[in-house]
Amino acid sequence: MLTDMKEEARRQAEICNACRYCEGYCSVFPSLHSNREFSDGEIIQLANLCHNCRGCYYACQYTAPHEFDLNLPAALAEVRQDSWEAFAYPRFVATHFQKNGMAIALATSLCFSAFFVVTQWLGRGNGDGFYAFISHDLMILIFAPAFVLPLTSLTVSLRRYWLAVDGTRITLIHIYNALRAAATMHNLAGGHGEGCNFEDEDRFTQARRVAHQLVLYGFLLCFASTSSGTILHYIFDLPAPHGFFSLPKLLGMPGGLMLTWGAIWLFRLKLKADPNLGSMAARNGEFGFIALLGFVAASGLVLYILGQTALMPLTLAVHLGAVLTFFLLTPYTKMVHGIYRFAALVRDAQRKTESTNP
Amino acid sequence: MKIIRASESYEIVVIGGGNAALCSAISAAEAGARVLILEAAPKAYRGGNSRHTRNFRCMHSEPLGPLIESYSEDEYFNDLMKVTNGKTDQGLARMVIRQSEKCMPWMERHGVRFQPSLSGTLSLARTNAFFLGGGKALINAYYRTAENLGVDVKYDASVTHLEIDDGEVIYLDYIQHEQSYRLSPKAVVVASGGFQADTDWLARAWGPAAKNFLIRGTPYNRGVVLDDLLSQGLEQVGDPTQCHAVAIDGRSPKYDGGIVTRLDCVPFSIVVNKNAERFYDEGEDVWPKRYAIWGRLVAAQPEQIGYAIIDAKSLELFMPSVFPPIKADTIEDLALKMDLPAQKLRATVDKFNASCGDTTGFRPTELDGVSTSGLKPPKTNWARPIIEAPFYGYSLRTGVTFTYLGLKVDENAQCSVGNRPVSNLWAAGETMAGSILGQGYLAGFGMTIGTVFGRIAGKEAAKYVN
Repeated sequence: MLTDMKEEARRQAEICNACRYCEGYCSVFPSLHSNREFSDGEIIQLANLCHNCRGCYYACQYTAPHEFDLNLPAALAEVRQDSWEAFAYPRFVATHFQKNGMAIALATSLCFSAFFVVTQWLGRGNGDGFYAFISHDLMILIFAPAFVLPLTSLTVSLRRYWLAVDGTRITLIHIYNALRAAATMHNLAGGHGEGCNFEDEDRFTQARRVAHQLVLYGFLLCFASTSSGTILHYIFDLPAPHGFFSLPKLLGMPGGLMLTWGAIWLFRLKLKADPNLGSMAARNGEFGFIALLGFVAASGLVLYILGQTALMPLTLAVHLGAVLTFFLLTPYTKMVHGIYRFAALVRDAQRKTESTNP
Repeated sequence: MKIIRASESYEIVVIGGGNAALCSAISAAEAGARVLILEAAPKAYRGGNSRHTRNFRCMHSEPLGPLIESYSEDEYFNDLMKVTNGKTDQGLARMVIRQSEKCMPWMERHGVRFQPSLSGTLSLARTNAFFLGGGKALINAYYRTAENLGVDVKYDASVTHLEIDDGEVIYLDYIQHEQSYRLSPKAVVVASGGFQADTDWLARAWGPAAKNFLIRGTPYNRGVVLDDLLSQGLEQVGDPTQCHAVAIDGRSPKYDGGIVTRLDCVPFSIVVNKNAERFYDEGEDVWPKRYAIWGRLVAAQPEQIGYAIIDAKSLELFMPSVFPPIKADTIEDLALKMDLPAQKLRATVDKFNASCGDTTGFRPTELDGVSTSGLKPPKTNWARPIIEAPFYGYSLRTGVTFTYLGLKVDENAQCSVGNRPVSNLWAAGETMAGSILGQGYLAGFGMTIGTVFGRIAGKEAAKYVN
């Protein structure tokens, strides 16, 4: 991991620690102020705790042209980005996708083409609906490893992170506190509950917080939809296609709409936001990732609409290609922020309980 | 240079861009006036010294927002009398204190957000309301509010002259991007601070040592408007030779270092001058009551510099410094790193250590009476021998916060010349605070004066033009 990035974050954190004006904005500052010196692990923890709300930047009397040249959101974003690459397994894959939207697009096209080949020539099943074009068994054969491989990789990364930040034994209360912070995006609320400074300099808005939760809850609904489909298939012997008033559809439709809408919104917000307050190196990859996420959701909705037409096989290949890319790249794209952020929130919950019961 | 007569017509011009200026502009605009703010700083540095503030001292009879318990008018007033040694206009002071309670909801309505007392400042949780994000966040919120009310703002716009004739401001000139402009508003509010950033003026008032002082706040408070008005005979107030100064980290920038330059290590240290000699009792009282005295003490030393030396056991007893301390394993090495005579420093430390007695009563947060014996000058509290390596050192310099000289105003914030008011000129903030703060300083009181008088000046000016 590059040390100069952490050195720069450390220099800035030391100035912040002598000021403390931003204490009420988010979880980063109380955590920062509980230190006197900052080890690499502490800097990495702060970086992953930071949600890039930018409140501290616009409130800061020491931003450029001041000679202290503070830009904590950017300094932490660079460390955060770098930590994801350093903890990734295998590492070299992350270097290709974290910062490169084009690589993400390329991977998507490859997966799409693969599915196209499969549905055209190989996959013919005997089932109804989608399974007429790609048999259920083949789908499982492809997606089971596409699910297990990233999960294994994420487990390794999470363990590396936990060791780096000196995490201790996790209790239910830590998990509960972290879940609550994530569920409300507490760290994008600005301390006063009015949101963050993302789209229009120092104006506080809820846009990013709401858009992010549309994506988060939309994604969870889609995930629940797929899981419910699997359960229906194996336990109740009710294979797809499912009708409109079925669990997979009732969860998947709103989920897909929220995810699509949220991704478009986040993409537009990111275009409005000042790029100098984030990781410049990762900007391209972040746009690529949001586009992929939106594309997964939108292609799923299109598939539902065109499901009864001649375009279905093509749409199916496109959608499944996007989903496959999404899963395979999860440990190596912005998607991975979810697990690190959650781990950082758990670690922060530990710090709070440690400081109240020393 | 040709002066351009500005084509826009404003009823009120507010000179300055900090807290008092914005409170004036907002109040005037809400009363229906068309207002222009002329801020000398560029946008990135707007807000004067308010950028560096963090709280607002507020009277309250019951818990109010982040403020706990109560803080009565009399208690507030007594606190002020203590720090100013009675050098205050009691009528104005009491008016400011009484109005402070109503200011807090007003501030919230205009976008300011508060937060609980910051870590390390619990002693102020009852008396001072802290701005979420600090003074610059407050300033940002006020600029947004003002702009939504139709107030125009010109940055990099330095007012050079107000033409006063027969008790009335006739016009004012300002320079923006090397071009001079002339405006003839119906009323003017001056809220452009003191003169502390003009080190030549400081040196004339204080003496040549002032050239070595650091200026904790904005480099844009050069007192140009104040000088212009005083030279036209406006009533003045406050000691023209004095400034409020504190001892700060000697490595701080010349200007604009702000809050982070504070250094709280002195009570746990010994402080020496360039010749490695001690010169004052470091343990006389708790630091918040002594940092201003140390500003003057350091100013009186050769080259206006001091050096605080502590050992390992004291490092975590005070708020962290903005830059890491200088660190060494021996006193001699520390002296070399700090450019002090090594043998001399060794001797000073040895002599101090030898005069320390029983330290079992050491209590870092209260006057513990752990003192030296037979040492001159003595250290009367927190005197523990400096023996545990590593040793740490900080340099100390004099940091100027504000100047006392200002415009005298009445309870309506109106300025006067001779015994008559200037019919269309009001003043608010640091530029008139000398009326109330004749000496010393009370944390968070500058923002209270600015907010109270800013609102009054804005309302009075609007009443005049309507």
